[in-house]
Amino acid sequence: MAATLTETAVDKSTAVDGSYAARISHVSKSFGRPGAQQLVLDDITIDVAPGEFVTLLGASGCGKSTLLNLVAGLDKPSAGEIEVPGGRPALMFQEHALFPWLTAGKNIELALKMRGLAKSERRDEAERLLELVRLKGAYGKRVHELSGGMRQRVAMARAIAQDSQLLLMDEPFAALDAITRDVLHDELTRIWRETQLSVLFVTHNVREAVRLAERVVLLSSRPGRIAREWEVDIPQPRRIEDSAVADLSVEITEQLRGEIRRHGQH
Amino acid sequence: MASTETTSHTPDTKEGGDLAGLEAGLDALETQTAQRTAFGRKLLSKALPPIVAIGLVLLLWQLAYHFKVKEHYLLPSPADVGRTLQEKWLEGTLLDYVWTSLSRGALGFLISVAIGTPLGLIVARVKVVRAAIGPILSGLQSLPSVAWVPAAIIWFGLSDATIYAVVLLGAVPSIANGLVAGVDQVPPLYLRAGRVIGATGFNGVRHVLLPAALPGYIAGLKQGWAFSWRSLMAAELIVNAADLGVGLGQLLEQGRELQDMSWVLSAILLILVVGIGIELLLFAPIERRVLRSRGLLAKS
Ligand SMILES: Nc1ncnc2c1ncn2[C@@H]1O[C@H](COP(=O)(O)OP(=O)(O)OP(=O)(O)O)[C@@H](O)[C@H]1O
Ligand SMILES: [Mg+2]
Repeated sequence: MAATLTETAVDKSTAVDGSYAARISHVSKSFGRPGAQQLVLDDITIDVAPGEFVTLLGASGCGKSTLLNLVAGLDKPSAGEIEVPGGRPALMFQEHALFPWLTAGKNIELALKMRGLAKSERRDEAERLLELVRLKGAYGKRVHELSGGMRQRVAMARAIAQDSQLLLMDEPFAALDAITRDVLHDELTRIWRETQLSVLFVTHNVREAVRLAERVVLLSSRPGRIAREWEVDIPQPRRIEDSAVADLSVEITEQLRGEIRRHGQH
Repeated sequence: MASTETTSHTPDTKEGGDLAGLEAGLDALETQTAQRTAFGRKLLSKALPPIVAIGLVLLLWQLAYHFKVKEHYLLPSPADVGRTLQEKWLEGTLLDYVWTSLSRGALGFLISVAIGTPLGLIVARVKVVRAAIGPILSGLQSLPSVAWVPAAIIWFGLSDATIYAVVLLGAVPSIANGLVAGVDQVPPLYLRAGRVIGATGFNGVRHVLLPAALPGYIAGLKQGWAFSWRSLMAAELIVNAADLGVGLGQLLEQGRELQDMSWVLSAILLILVVGIGIELLLFAPIERRVLRSRGLLAKS
């Protein structure tokens, strides 16, 4: 235990140099009672560099959400260590998870308040963040009065409001139609490039992963292991229909197919 | 809506302009414009059905009176009951009776809220406490509070304390249970979202748990009022002493002693009207407002 503590301390000092925004080292996670345990994540090691955009790709049920929950500190790993030197990460859930008793603006302001921003500054900052996700007029709107795409954007604004150095996103655009999703991809890329954010973005959509990321990490299923990684050096701004995006997507999809097929044989 | 700042943010100006236009279009498509119905018509459609229903009941009653289903002293006409009410009104005592009961009910209810709320919160959040008194608390709800009257009389005699004790024993479990149910029904996602944005501990309770549990809590308060009022009437019927103020329950009991059926019916009517009135004028609007603001109310 003492050894782990000193290790952590050493790692933190390197973090100050800015060498990583999140370090997931040899993390495993099982669920269930002792005796009837199910291994969901097995020996996952991922470093996210400061300012890096990483997408996590994998079949449904391979443990992507589980991993994000671990990084967000909502759950504890069964083995291994997770370090987030920049403090509490922001997490955007698969569902928007906005509070229905607050307006869009107040949802954002609550995050600002918890971050410790002075009361007098909250309103302006919330308006600014809403503008950032291009929802200028939505401040006083209740959550149920917003469309699905608008809710996701407010959720994005709330996540950004936390001013964390690390933004975790769990299939945030999965439920949206293609055009709205396209628009939000552009916005996310723009925000990411304008700020010093590091992003860990989960999806099972290969094209989305390639469209957004600097690095794509493919997870295999049952248990979730890192199958392969790709560096994506297609210049931004990209479009999801770009041929370079399509080419890499084909290659990754082929690999993903292989992973899934492998399960059929066992 | 957003076209002003797009050029500065997006490297490709033309693309940015397209994007903003596209988004504005999407937003316009996805957002509904609300339509208000005329106020008069809304009132009419709300008020008419109950008025017709009451009219029908009065009509049946009058017919039963007319055809002498029972002797007139056993079944007075609606007009007889109206006359009794009018007499009491002219005596100037009617409002006193109502006020005596209403103030007792309100005070008992407020004390019950003050006790039931922290109690409910503790039962909902502290496992040991829940295991210890949770089942008792929900069991108490099914015990008719009139069962407490004899015990309360032995403890406190024929006094106000007895009346309030019975009201509290009826209303506190109901309010506490309402809050427990409200807390239990809070989607875990909200609690996790709260933790992610840093609302933990006291902040978590204040900014996430309590507001999320509010609909259940209000339902509990509504039921708590109903229980307060019921328990109060049970207590007033039995606890009858000269030095205690005369409330509606005591009025009812006096009517019974005098074998005056239209007096009895008048008292029952008043009890009903006050109970329903508080619910309709106080709780229903609050509940509707909370539900509507969360989009939980189907618009008619
Ligand atoms: N709290 C839990 N208790 C038991 N099993 C769990 C729990 N959470 C997740 N699992 C299991 O872990 C596995 C991975 O779940 P997870 O939600 O992380 O998948 P995912 O990769 O996010 O899938 P999807 O793409 O469908 O969202 C699943 O088999 C699931 O049944
Ligand atoms: Mg998931």
